[in-house]
Amino acid sequence: MMTSILLAGFGGQGILFAGKQIAHAAMEQDKFVTWLPSYGPEMRGGTANCSVIVADEEIGSPLVAKPDIFIAMNIPSHDKFKNAVVPGGMIITDSSLISEPSERTDIKKIEIPATRLADENGLKGMANVIILGKLIKETGLFDYDFFLDAMISSIPASKAKLIDFNKKALEIGYNN
Amino acid sequence: MKGNEVIAEAAIKAGCRHYFGYPITPQTEISETLAKRMPKVGGLCMQAESEIAAINMVLGAASSGKRVLTSSSSPGLSLKSEGISYIVGSDVPCVIVNVQRAGPGLGGIQPGQADYYQATRAMGHGDMHIVVLAPASIQEVADMTMEAFDIADIYRTPVMILADGALGQMMEPVDFEAREAREIPEKTWAACGHQNKRAHNIVNSLYIEPEALEKIILERYERYNEIAEKEVKYEEYLTEDADIVIVAFGIAARIARTAVNKARAEGIKAGLLRPITLWPFPEKKLLSLSDTAKSFLAVELNMGQMVNDVKLAVENKKPVEFYGRTGGMLPSVDEVYEKLKEMSAKL
Repeated sequence: MMTSILLAGFGGQGILFAGKQIAHAAMEQDKFVTWLPSYGPEMRGGTANCSVIVADEEIGSPLVAKPDIFIAMNIPSHDKFKNAVVPGGMIITDSSLISEPSERTDIKKIEIPATRLADENGLKGMANVIILGKLIKETGLFDYDFFLDAMISSIPASKAKLIDFNKKALEIGYNN
Repeated sequence: MKGNEVIAEAAIKAGCRHYFGYPITPQTEISETLAKRMPKVGGLCMQAESEIAAINMVLGAASSGKRVLTSSSSPGLSLKSEGISYIVGSDVPCVIVNVQRAGPGLGGIQPGQADYYQATRAMGHGDMHIVVLAPASIQEVADMTMEAFDIADIYRTPVMILADGALGQMMEPVDFEAREAREIPEKTWAACGHQNKRAHNIVNSLYIEPEALEKIILERYERYNEIAEKEVKYEEYLTEDADIVIVAFGIAARIARTAVNKARAEGIKAGLLRPITLWPFPEKKLLSLSDTAKSFLAVELNMGQMVNDVKLAVENKKPVEFYGRTGGMLPSVDEVYEKLKEMSAKL
């Protein structure tokens, strides 16, 4: 089994952080896992993306060109990668930022207004974690409690005050 | 952890307490990590005023017998090449990391392997080699960084970790306890203070008398022969019955491995030989593979450099083809697979 995930959006939306959470949780499950960020000028304000691969076997190329799951958090990224998703794959979009979903009919399209939900719940800047909640719900890649524990364990003690916000955001994503 | 952070941690684990560098993408996390970590272990992380200053600080610190690390990316290595030649000429061990980006010139900041020639052929002026290690996973980045310090000390030579932007930036799980350290000879040559208990040691690369210099170089080449004898490392994947053997290192080898799997699923007997040491190159292994393989394919992130070492190694016994992308582009699995398909049709 091998799952290729591509996350893309604006720099500052926490794309790389969200990817790291998936990679970290998969590592806790003793899976093979790779995380590869874009590290060009795009991470300073333009579009950012990262490739995460979770597998039961050794992983070859860490670059995800044809994702099974594509998480899109802005329109330019959605336009760029929506046709790269494998048939039968899944796109999760932040529908508060991407109003028009892909026209493709051979993939599963999941929409969640993550940025709006974040703003409404006092979780500004945590749309990424809300999307992670949705990802877990829709894919079953991880057990909810397992993922939550893995996420909390990766938050350094100096940022312990953020644990409750992350918890809340994950829960909102899972239940919307 | 990120590859760059792993290099920093592994260096500390290997007993390195002196780092001299100058920032450049995509390897700056090495200095960033060491700037935080070195003071905590009683070490020194120095941001020099330039790459040239950094490499000469390496020469000075390493002459005292301490384990010393420097790191940079492609353009920075060009600046360091003079100092590296001096270090070779002085028989001083050190570890040099090149997290390659695309060149020439300032080039780009995306991954590349176009410094293969520089690393294996001309890392400095004069009759010289350095040992070049090419990790392909983050675990190997950890193991080889530690191994590099051991090889450097055993043979009194600089050792280079030749990585690339993708390896520097990517994360994979890593275990720092996976490798066993080797036995290191006592550094009787080190210029480290002697309280008049022995004759003083001189670390130097200037020999005015040609007879003396030739003798020194010949002795050094004896050591190179020993390295070529004992230190060649490679990984084989499905090569035993392979018609087409891909030769690829570092990140390109991972892409090639997936392409091999895809080709096998389609009935093409492909395999992969991954050189882990680029100098010394696994030429004997390639020559023996040329008995069973029908053709070879070098896959690189450049316009074709290692491919010529493959040709030399197989002594024209079998055709050697090349596929590569450059400028910071990574070849896709499908591109490599298509090339395999095209070669398979010719068999």
